[in-house]
Amino acid sequence: MSIVILLAIIGILVAGGFLVAFLWAVKSGQYDDTESPAMRMLFDDTKPVDKNIKS
Amino acid sequence: MGQKCIHCGEDCGSHPVIWDDKPFCCHGCKTVYQILNEKKLDKYYEIQPMSGIKVEQANVGNKYAYLDLDEIKDKLLGFSDGDISKVTLFIPTIHCASCIWLLENLNTINPGIIASNVNFPQKKATITFNNKQITLRQLVELLVSIHYVPEITLDQLDEKMSGKSSRDLLLKIGIAGFSLMNVMLYNFPEYLPGGEQLSSLFTKFFGYMSFILALPVVFYSANDYYLSAIKGLRHKMVNIDVPITLGIFTLFFQSTYEIFTGQGIGYMDSLVGLVFFLLIGKWYQSKTYEALSFERDYKSYFPVAVTLLKNSKEETIPLSKLKENDHILIRNQELIPADSKLISGEAEIDYSFVTGESLPVNKKAGEIIFAGGRQVGSNIELEVIKSVDQSYLTQLWNQEYHKQNNESQLNHLVNKVSEYFTFAVLSIAFAAGIYWLINDSSLALFAFTSVLIIACPCALALTVPFTFGSTMREYGRRGFYIKNTEVIDSLRKIDCIVFDKTGTLTVNRSMKVEFVGDKLTDNQLKTIKTIVANSSHPLSITLNEHITVETDYPVEKFQEIPSLGITGLVNGKRVNIGSRKFVTGKDDSEPFSTNVYVFIEDKILGYFKIENQYRPGLKKVINSLKKNYELYLLSGDNDSEKENLRPLFGKKAVLKFNQSPTDKRDFILSLKQKGKKVLMIGDGLNDAGALMESNVGLTIADDIYSFSPACDGIIESSKFHSLNKFIKYTHLSFKIVIISFIISFLYNVVGISFAVSGTMSPLVAAILMPISSVSVVLFATLSVKLSSKRYL
Repeated sequence: MSIVILLAIIGILVAGGFLVAFLWAVKSGQYDDTESPAMRMLFDDTKPVDKNIKS
Repeated sequence: MGQKCIHCGEDCGSHPVIWDDKPFCCHGCKTVYQILNEKKLDKYYEIQPMSGIKVEQANVGNKYAYLDLDEIKDKLLGFSDGDISKVTLFIPTIHCASCIWLLENLNTINPGIIASNVNFPQKKATITFNNKQITLRQLVELLVSIHYVPEITLDQLDEKMSGKSSRDLLLKIGIAGFSLMNVMLYNFPEYLPGGEQLSSLFTKFFGYMSFILALPVVFYSANDYYLSAIKGLRHKMVNIDVPITLGIFTLFFQSTYEIFTGQGIGYMDSLVGLVFFLLIGKWYQSKTYEALSFERDYKSYFPVAVTLLKNSKEETIPLSKLKENDHILIRNQELIPADSKLISGEAEIDYSFVTGESLPVNKKAGEIIFAGGRQVGSNIELEVIKSVDQSYLTQLWNQEYHKQNNESQLNHLVNKVSEYFTFAVLSIAFAAGIYWLINDSSLALFAFTSVLIIACPCALALTVPFTFGSTMREYGRRGFYIKNTEVIDSLRKIDCIVFDKTGTLTVNRSMKVEFVGDKLTDNQLKTIKTIVANSSHPLSITLNEHITVETDYPVEKFQEIPSLGITGLVNGKRVNIGSRKFVTGKDDSEPFSTNVYVFIEDKILGYFKIENQYRPGLKKVINSLKKNYELYLLSGDNDSEKENLRPLFGKKAVLKFNQSPTDKRDFILSLKQKGKKVLMIGDGLNDAGALMESNVGLTIADDIYSFSPACDGIIESSKFHSLNKFIKYTHLSFKIVIISFIISFLYNVVGISFAVSGTMSPLVAAILMPISSVSVVLFATLSVKLSSKRYL
């Protein structure tokens, strides 16, 4: 039965990973604008855009 | 007719500008197309056809010269490191996928632009550029040349980005959600049949785990509620957050006690769930219209810089440096920033932003021009007589406003309920505690805390955010945008409505045109249309739109005489069109209406009577509002329209004319002193004082993203006919709140009956609390959704 304890710990680590991912996403501003990326992904990359400097 | 401009989709008329075999409505649109075509950016037209923006005049000249000034540049640039600068510009015309694509590919037009990023909901573009290759001014002028005109205003210079709070809320929700899922998992075995036989190792382990997971929720996610409760208590008010705080802490300490004494696993799942639901409600309520601004003052309207004339040399200075007695140069379409005296030039001042009146006013040298007007026509020179913040209109803003302590007033209802609620709960808790103290003292403390826990008004607290939040969304879908959910409750309580006339009851840009005289022949109509098509005076434009015949007559010797009229030879015939004085030679004897006289070849044919046009549906709106509200009309104009308005408003209504902005504000104040709750509906800067002073101030706007004075809500002008429905719906919305309150009370009665009998278990709490919250939320959102379909 003590395997349950191990499972619970693994469970919380996995969920914690997702939590960290979510916190990072919020902090890096990914939720500030949820509309334009949806349109942006439909554009073709016909022109090379300088990606070195990110805003 | 029939051909649509490739760039902006507008009708090209009979003589489209043709380039590259494609039709354009004007040279401005053609130029943009040329620029984009040259740089191989013509995909712009594929993503969304005819997505371009039409701009009336393309010539910018020195308009953006102020962007070369260091002190203005410093304020605008968000970040500057050596050659690399970053700027965020508000571009209200961003409207579709093509806009995003073009603005993010700006570097193909100018390699000095390194990267650009569009925030669509906020209508902002963040552009990183190399200031060795392109200056800020050139960048802005580039945007203007492709018709994406950024709005650069004074208050933008002062404000810095404020997106922090919504991120904080998301973080809190994320953490609470994470804890909730896990704690529920740990508590689940307890609720199964035979759960009490679980070995104490598990109970302890799961208990400790849920304690750890609850810590960040109690001490981080929920901290806003504690702060608000303390703030309320300091103002001697028991707001809804007091019982919530009480509930959270009782839950936490009771559970901690049970976990560490090995009595059980506690109520951590209910606690974390409670906080999670509350935060969701808060998030739902806080989703407002990002690109709309409800807090604008004159700073967002006035220009950033002015052209100073010094020893007959032009110099651009920031507006803040403008002093009395300075001489300034105002060009076509520029704003007059301070009260000043006209020195030279032909001044035609368009006060439409100030009063809603769209016809320009003629001023002669030596006359005083109030700030806020826009010059139409040639350049004029002015002498400033009052500094910017001392000017007539700006002073209205700088006066102190007593919008009585918003927070306490508006959430009045919930706070009242929660006050009684808190005292009721506390007394039940004490009564239960005392009862058990006498009968079975081991249960006394438990019964006491159980009451506090189960009575935690989660459902109660969710009612208002979800009901009013949904109502706000339904309003937004129908063209009525309100600042926050509290406006709904204020709007419900109003008992009198004050209207502005020009621009509010009348349509801003559209006029009623009527010809007085013998009926004009087709030939004559064509002649008139030909000549007015050459002039850019608002009256000419109105006439041009009014006359629908097609014409191809030639015009010679066209001449526009400022403030008098236009003249020329059409088909070889002399045509004069303009004021009575200009056409007939007699002095104007009818100052109250606008008449345009027509002279063709050898005789005066008559005149066009041009009047403001009332908004469609006005009669229906007023008639239905008349029954329940006292109506008032405050107009800055003379009373020439009184005869038309009186039957509409009925005998009881008070109609006041010749009201200055201060009069309007004072009138609202006097109504409020009589204990009235006032709704003010206006549109221009001259209503700004009245709008701020009223209980609810609404503005009517043709374009909701362009300037409107500070207010509580904005109605799209095309939706004015639904005004009465919007106001009426607040009552229904309020009824939904009351019913939701009753539902959540019923849950509380059930819960408290468990609690006082001392039989509450974690299982009861775990079932009752989410069910009550979810059912209240579902009831509130669904009933708003369904009823708004029917009544809005």
